[in-house]
Amino acid sequence: MTMPFYVAPEQVMKDRAEYAQKGIARGRALVATISDAGVLIVAENPSRTLHKISEIYDRVAFAGVGKYNEFDQLRVAGVRHADTKGFAYSREDVDARSLANLYAQYLGQVFTHEMKPLEVEILVAELGVDGKSDQLYHIAYEGTITDEPRFVVLGGDAETIKNRFAELDQSIQSFEFTLKSAVAALAGPERTVPATDLEVGILEDRGSRRTFTRLDDARVSELLS
Amino acid sequence: MFPVGGDPGPSFVDLVRAAGGASGIAEAGTAARIPWSPPAAPGAGGSDSSMTTGRPGVWHGTTIVALRSLGGVVVAGDRRATEGHTIAHRGIEKVFPADRHSAVAIAGAAGPAIEMVRLFQTQLEHYEKVEGSTLSLEGKANQLAQMVRGNLPMAMEGLAVLPLFAGYDLRRRTGRIFSFDLAGGRYEELEYYATGSGGRDAKTTVKLGYRDGLGTEKAIELAVNALYQAADEDSATGGPDPLRGIYPVVAVVDESGYRRLPDTEVADRFVTLLGSLAQHRNAAEVTNPPATSANAPQIAPEREDEPS
Repeated sequence: MTMPFYVAPEQVMKDRAEYAQKGIARGRALVATISDAGVLIVAENPSRTLHKISEIYDRVAFAGVGKYNEFDQLRVAGVRHADTKGFAYSREDVDARSLANLYAQYLGQVFTHEMKPLEVEILVAELGVDGKSDQLYHIAYEGTITDEPRFVVLGGDAETIKNRFAELDQSIQSFEFTLKSAVAALAGPERTVPATDLEVGILEDRGSRRTFTRLDDARVSELLS
Repeated sequence: MFPVGGDPGPSFVDLVRAAGGASGIAEAGTAARIPWSPPAAPGAGGSDSSMTTGRPGVWHGTTIVALRSLGGVVVAGDRRATEGHTIAHRGIEKVFPADRHSAVAIAGAAGPAIEMVRLFQTQLEHYEKVEGSTLSLEGKANQLAQMVRGNLPMAMEGLAVLPLFAGYDLRRRTGRIFSFDLAGGRYEELEYYATGSGGRDAKTTVKLGYRDGLGTEKAIELAVNALYQAADEDSATGGPDPLRGIYPVVAVVDESGYRRLPDTEVADRFVTLLGSLAQHRNAAEVTNPPATSANAPQIAPEREDEPS
């Protein structure tokens, strides 16, 4: 009779974390930040149709990096959660915090109980209403949730980009300046990222109920020039 | 997260059903008894009178009208809700944006109708967010037809909902109107449509003034006239109420989207309409002076809903 090998739980967790981190590091990064106009999310994404940044609800946006099919599944789950909640209660009752907690629980559950952890890192952003500040929730592959006051970087090489961005953008600035800083931080000193390789999503109050907009290439290059 | 195969896809209605919280309207195609529907009162179930005067305790929305114009559609509805023969509410709204480029108006039992609109709005937005693209206008009309169909058991108990769907078809670049029957039949109207208790009067008014390629301004004028005439003939349809500042909802849907006219503009249009109606009456009296009596009243009797 063969006995299964004993593997220490520490080792299991370490292996899973390494596996997930490797998957995430392969993908390109994303910066989410708060400007004076609202929430700004900038991702390096050459695809026009497979989005990293999307609308969840009136004032809530989602962004993900890592394995597309995995974070897209999370995005759809988020839309379902938000729409169901808004339909059952009221549109005002949908908030980013509860959604972020839900994601954290799910990711934590998958990380500890499933064979393969999800190779994703996600962000839930909410545009503040009635003087409440904007919120950015960063949820890692193992379910760790952090509430970032000003900006957050997700994906490969996040630390370097984070330092670059922190240097460029030290307080809440104008929308244009923030966008330029985010793009510069993503690109680094050696290269430039063309507008066609960028995906930019914003949450901004324009008098309508839905605040999410994905900027098109023309608008992005206009803002960057 | 749903297992493969049990995934509701982009349908919010299926999602609600999968979660076990199906509402009557969401129960499209099933004959299940609606949990909250009261037991049928003797003689009330499905009888014609319950369809028109409504059940006691149930508010009914009345007249809605839509007509195609050159650049889109104009949708309008009065503001009255009735309960039997009394006025239940003076300011309810029956015209709603379904999404950016379409409008939905409702007549019939107000409760289930407004619930249906909420579900429909959520469904359209849900589809758009999950799929990343909007449904075609016809797709939206079909979705609404399914909901009307799902309401059939309730309609048979006197809680009928008759919506009207109109919007701007971005692919065909034209305004389109869809009418529905209680069984979920969906029919495209090529010119105009009106329904609800004052629908007949509204429709006749539109019919007399309608022509192809009507400009938006003229179409709004006609819709306002239609609601005025409906309120003039039908006790369940509310007219303009300057005392409380309550005016019918008039919305335009064109290429740039859904736009509700501000109340002040609707009020102005009623003033203009009343002016031209008064002029018409006076002109008629000058050309055909009363033959029998010289003392025929020169001033029209005052109407309570005439703006001051």
